[in-house]
Amino acid sequence: MSDETREHLEHSSRAPSVPALNRRQLLAGGASLLAMSVSSTLFDAHAEEPPDARDPMRVPGALPRSYGERSPFEKQTRLVAPTSSTTPLQGLQGIITPSALHFERHHNGVPAIDPTRHRLLIHGLVDHPLFFTLEELMRLPSASRIAFVECSGNSRDGWGEARDVTVQSLHGLTSTSEWTGVRLSTLLDTVHVQREATWMLAEGSDAAALARSVPLTDEVLNEAMVCYGQNGEPLWPEQGYPLRLLLPGFEGNINVKWLRRLKFGSAPFMTRWETAKYTDLLPDGKAYQFSLAMEAKSVITRPSGQQHLHPGFQEIQGLAWSGRGRITTVEVSVDTGQTWQPARLQEPVLPKCHTRFRLPWSWDGQETIIQSRCLDETGYQQPTRDELIKVRGTHSSYHYNGIQSWKIGRDGVVRNVYA
Amino acid sequence: MPNGLWVVPVGLMILVLSIVSAGLSAEIGDGGFGLGHPVSESDIATWNIDVSPDGQGLPPGQGTVTQGAQLYAMKCASCHGPTGKEGPNDVLVGGQGSLRTAKPLKTIGSYWPYATTLYDYLRRAMPFTAPQSLKPGDIYALVAWLLNQNQIIAEDTILDAHSLSKIEMPNRNGFIPDPRPDIH
Ligand code: HEC
Repeated sequence: MSDETREHLEHSSRAPSVPALNRRQLLAGGASLLAMSVSSTLFDAHAEEPPDARDPMRVPGALPRSYGERSPFEKQTRLVAPTSSTTPLQGLQGIITPSALHFERHHNGVPAIDPTRHRLLIHGLVDHPLFFTLEELMRLPSASRIAFVECSGNSRDGWGEARDVTVQSLHGLTSTSEWTGVRLSTLLDTVHVQREATWMLAEGSDAAALARSVPLTDEVLNEAMVCYGQNGEPLWPEQGYPLRLLLPGFEGNINVKWLRRLKFGSAPFMTRWETAKYTDLLPDGKAYQFSLAMEAKSVITRPSGQQHLHPGFQEIQGLAWSGRGRITTVEVSVDTGQTWQPARLQEPVLPKCHTRFRLPWSWDGQETIIQSRCLDETGYQQPTRDELIKVRGTHSSYHYNGIQSWKIGRDGVVRNVYA
Repeated sequence: MPNGLWVVPVGLMILVLSIVSAGLSAEIGDGGFGLGHPVSESDIATWNIDVSPDGQGLPPGQGTVTQGAQLYAMKCASCHGPTGKEGPNDVLVGGQGSLRTAKPLKTIGSYWPYATTLYDYLRRAMPFTAPQSLKPGDIYALVAWLLNQNQIIAEDTILDAHSLSKIEMPNRNGFIPDPRPDIH
């Protein structure tokens, strides 16, 4: 890309300082638009005919409404499977996932919970076992945090053959929200957790009574929250309404939704979701257990699988995130991995949060492969698929974070490939 | 001065408030905010449904393999197959020795490290369309049948809290603590 193009890009995102050349172009463009609309009024419209309802300037607009809805022209949706649905990463802007498009994964449906009847019980190795109503939890000191939640089965296709599917289908089990609630540490002080307590069982009030053991590490004690808010509202039902556990950076499943119980103990409880499932089988028959952190991953969301590209300018965009902290670098290759260049990261870069990256690019119409790779603040670099499989084999099911490759054909069609 | 007028009442109010909150704190602990309701273990018995590997949480009751076979045919076979191997939902039986092969089959018999997990899971989540409907005796019987099908216990075993917590599962030592980062 030429310096001139880069300058043009940077300037055009700051409207007040449009350089002279560009202003002239803009004016010219504006003039021709004006000419078009003038001519269409002149030739198509007759004074006695009712105004065209599609012309927003010729009919009064809609009245205020009590709860908003997106424009009827916007159609992007979650992709729904029997026990999950995926976020349309290819259509997201910025870093926040709208609550209505946050991915879902549940083990026996989304429960309908009356918040006035919901209780959180805290017991086990505590001096003062207590239950809380939601109203009481909301009176306690609160905190908010923007963090991603990612299902550990996200990107699991990567362990198998490369299918020709979208980025949503491959990587859409990750979403970012602003979460609000009570710090776990506040609740621990309230019930006086005993010193022998090293694990905490978190249990949901869904039809699976999903339960996970959480190790009481410093990371958990400092960062865990019991949340009732999501993106400025109460949690959405699919995200655990009215109460969920948030363990920033940990695999989605342990962020127990519809939370009803915290029980403190001195050993893991060994539920089905930390033994039969959510353990990572290796080639030698052993399996990782309590592999909780979601390791750094990045993926180009535009252009991405099944999209059609036209030669010429096309900003590359994507998301990167790490369960161990902040993303420090995202590099992009547009030449099948021969060279890599740093992408611009959207500020602020938050720990354990989706981070949007952007790179100006112009496609020359030739076949190529585009890829992204990221580095987090612990120095961990996102591995290639080969590096990952060399250690973990192909039967792990969970925690796939290999570099994603998109092949762009001469026809402009983008396909998921391994490279 | 209006300020002077307020000195005494505010001071009094703070005093009253701190006495009240001290009273509550004594009840629920000093980190307390006077919120939350004390409970006794008997209050929470119906919520306290987890079972630990050492057998803690297993209720009284017992069940046999034969009883389990009947219950399984009635309540489970439609989703997990007549012998637990056929599906359509999770395969529950078989797969022993397969974990290191090209086609690993993870089942109760081949993969699960603790038998107590099976009691815990059936109690909380199965049958899928009527969770938490099984009685303790039914659950012991179903666990017995599933373990017998997986050739882990003999056909004449009577399962109860004691015998269940003594069972050693074949893949008991198949798990290692998370060693990641493990790549590079
Ligand atoms: C309506 C279908 C249905 C019925 C009936 C049913 N199950 Fe299930 N079962 C499922 C589904 C679906 C899952 C997987 C749930 C999940 O992934 O969270 C499952 C999971 C299980 C598992 C866990 C398997 C694993 O490896 O993680 C066990 C054990 C089990 N069922 C036992 C039973 C028993 C015993 C009964 C009878 C009392 C029963 N099921 C009845 C559908 C059913």
